[in-house]
Amino acid sequence: MNRPKIGILDCGSGNLRSVYKAFRREGALPAISKAVDPEWDGLVLPGVGAFGHAMRNIDHVRDDILSFVRGGRHFLGICLGLQVLMESSEENPGAAGLGLVPGNVVRIEAEKVPHIGWNSLDIRKESQILAGMKTGTYFYFVHSYHADPADEVVVASCSYQGSHLTAAVETDNVHACQFHPEKSGSEGLKIIANFSRLAGDG
Amino acid sequence: MGLAKRIIPCLDCDLAVPQGRVIKGIRFKQHVYAGDPAERARLYDEQGADEITFLDVTASSERRETMVNVVERTTDEVFIPVTVGGGIRKVEDFVRMLRAGADKCSVTTAALQNPGLITRAAEVVGSQAVVVSIDAQRRDAPDGGRGKHIVDTPMGPSWYECWVYGGREGTGVDAVEWAVEAEDRGAGEILLNSIETDGMQSGYDCSLTSTVSRLLSIPVIASGGCGEPEHFLEAFRDGGADAALAASIFHFDEYTVGEVKDYLSQRGIRVRI
Repeated sequence: MNRPKIGILDCGSGNLRSVYKAFRREGALPAISKAVDPEWDGLVLPGVGAFGHAMRNIDHVRDDILSFVRGGRHFLGICLGLQVLMESSEENPGAAGLGLVPGNVVRIEAEKVPHIGWNSLDIRKESQILAGMKTGTYFYFVHSYHADPADEVVVASCSYQGSHLTAAVETDNVHACQFHPEKSGSEGLKIIANFSRLAGDG
Repeated sequence: MGLAKRIIPCLDCDLAVPQGRVIKGIRFKQHVYAGDPAERARLYDEQGADEITFLDVTASSERRETMVNVVERTTDEVFIPVTVGGGIRKVEDFVRMLRAGADKCSVTTAALQNPGLITRAAEVVGSQAVVVSIDAQRRDAPDGGRGKHIVDTPMGPSWYECWVYGGREGTGVDAVEWAVEAEDRGAGEILLNSIETDGMQSGYDCSLTSTVSRLLSIPVIASGGCGEPEHFLEAFRDGGADAALAASIFHFDEYTVGEVKDYLSQRGIRVRI
C-alpha cells in the first residue's frame, strides 16, 4: 500500500499533534516541519490565531507553498489555514494572504462571536475533500472570521445566527475547511482519509 | 439551524499514581477510583461526547508530567476537543498542555490572582484555548446589594462570590462581574461552576447561568449539580448555557452520553447525534 507523505506546516500555533495523529491513524506518513519539502505528496496548513500573525509566520515559506500548489500537488488548509488562502482579511487589513482563492476574510456578523462548537454542514456542491459527507453532518468550529470567496469555490457552508458561514472550499488541488477535521470525531477522520487518498493518488 | 448544545463529561483525576486515575466523588466525601482517565475518555467519545475535560483535583504542578501523559494517551485515539484544568498557573502550562494534544486549558485561582494571565495566554495560544473557570458561591444579597450584581434566585435575591483553591477559600470578588472582566481580558469561554449545587445532583444553578450567559458573548458552560437528563434540559432551556459539564451522571453509568442526547433531542434541543 502506498502511504502518502503528508507535510504538516508548523507556523508556530496550536495543536499540531492532533493533526499528526489523525493522519497517522488514517494510514498516511505525516511529518511536522517549518519548511516545505518538495518530496511531500500533500501539504497541510493547520492553524489558529490571528491572520496577520500567521502570515508573518509563513512569510519565509510563502513561495515554497505557492510552487508546491502550482506543481499540482494537494493542499489542505484547516481553520486559519483556509483563511490565509484568501487575498486579505478584515482582521489585519495590511497583511496579504496567499491569494490562491480570490476574495477576502470578513468578521462573523452574529450576536455571539466567536462561533465555537459543533455545527452541521450544508453541502453546496460535490467535492473531493467532502466525498461521502451528507448535509447535516456535524463538525467542530472555532473562529471569529470567515472567508467570503466566490460562490463557485464554496463546497459547504453552515448557518449561524442568521449568517451563512463558509465551511469548506475547493479549487482543483486546493482544499480547505474552516472547521477542525482533527477534532470532529469519526466524521472528521473521513476528511483526513479523503485528503490522504487524494495526495497518494497524486 | 445553528450550533448544537454541547455535552461535556468531566473526569476528575488523581495524579498520585503514575498513569493517573479517575475519581468518582460521592457528595464530596467518599472517593471511588474509576480507572484510567484515557480509557474513560475513549468510552465517552464512543458514546458521543462533544468534548472531554480533565480536571486535576490535586492541582499539583509537580505532577504536571502525569497530566501530560494522560492527555497524550487520550489524544492518540480521541479526536474531539480536550480541555485540561487544575493547577494551570503560567502561560507555559498552557503551551505544554496544548503541545501534548489538549485544545484548551481552564484557569480558576491563577486567573483571579493574576488577571493579566488571561490576556497573556490569549496572546500566545489564542482566546479559543483560554477557558476561565469560575467557582461561584451563592450569598444572600446584602441590604441594598451595594457593589454586587444581584441575581434573583429561588432562594431569594443573591450575589455570587468567586472562590479559589478548589472551592476552599472566598475572595469577595463578584462572580458575575468577574465573568464579564474575563471576557474583556480575552477568555474564549467561561466554565461556570456553582459550588452550592456541585455534587448535589439536584440540578444546575440556572439563575446564575442565565445571568452570566445573557451578559457575555462568549460561550458559557454550566457546571455543578447534574444528576438527571432533565438537568441538561434546564441548563440549556432556562439557563441559556451553550454547553453543560457533568461528572457523576456518566461515571456511575447511570446514563450514557447518547441516552442524554436522545432525551434532549426528543425535547427540541439541538444536539450532535
